[in-house]
Amino acid sequence: MATYTLISSNVLSSTAGSVTFSAIPSSYTDLEVRFSGRTNDTSWAAYCWVTLNGATTNFSETALVGNGSTASSNRDSASSSWYQVRINGNNSTASTYGNASIYIPSYTASQNKPVSITSTNEGNSSTAGQIVMTATAALWSNTAAVTSITLDATTGGTLWMSGSSFYLYGISNA
Amino acid sequence: MPHKVIVDCSTGETTEVELTAQEIADQEAAHKAAEADRKAQEVIADAKATAKTALLDKLGITAEEATLLLS
Repeated sequence: MATYTLISSNVLSSTAGSVTFSAIPSSYTDLEVRFSGRTNDTSWAAYCWVTLNGATTNFSETALVGNGSTASSNRDSASSSWYQVRINGNNSTASTYGNASIYIPSYTASQNKPVSITSTNEGNSSTAGQIVMTATAALWSNTAAVTSITLDATTGGTLWMSGSSFYLYGISNA
Repeated sequence: MPHKVIVDCSTGETTEVELTAQEIADQEAAHKAAEADRKAQEVIADAKATAKTALLDKLGITAEEATLLLS
């Protein structure tokens, strides 16, 4: 029976460019990051960049992206990060936050790391195009154990806003 | 200068560190790539909408009638 254990969490009390979970223990089977985020980007659906171990190479992803008006399939290969992760920008309804899940199975195994990511911005909007959801099959072509996860709000001028919350869980299969 | 938050899972300590100029430059480059991707998706969506409208005009039916035909 799987058991979820909260490893660490952080709720921002002020803005930040990125949030990193470092020194992740190797004692679990899988990892999952769940977060609720809002950035000061001037959009409804902002982007979040995800990287592992501080790396900037060998990230690829296949993403389904829908916004209530159009749907698309995107393929990014050999990227510096995974970025088809959509959360709230600051044009969205005040005090609303998007949310996302990043599931990393067998994160200590000496093999490439397939990862599942789902995300959506929220905003009490009924207007097509303002709410975006993504489902992503991601891959980090690296055999190192995952020891850190960084969630980047995008540019130097774009920041996670206060109230954004981040949780890292370890999943044990016994 | 913006900062980054680092949560050390082994100690539970949270530290805040100022971003370096290189980190900010890297983020700017990533943001531009995302913007380009977003615009490319909008171009594709616009092209599909235009083609759909043209086809409906050619057939002489409305979008609702097309939906009914396909139901």
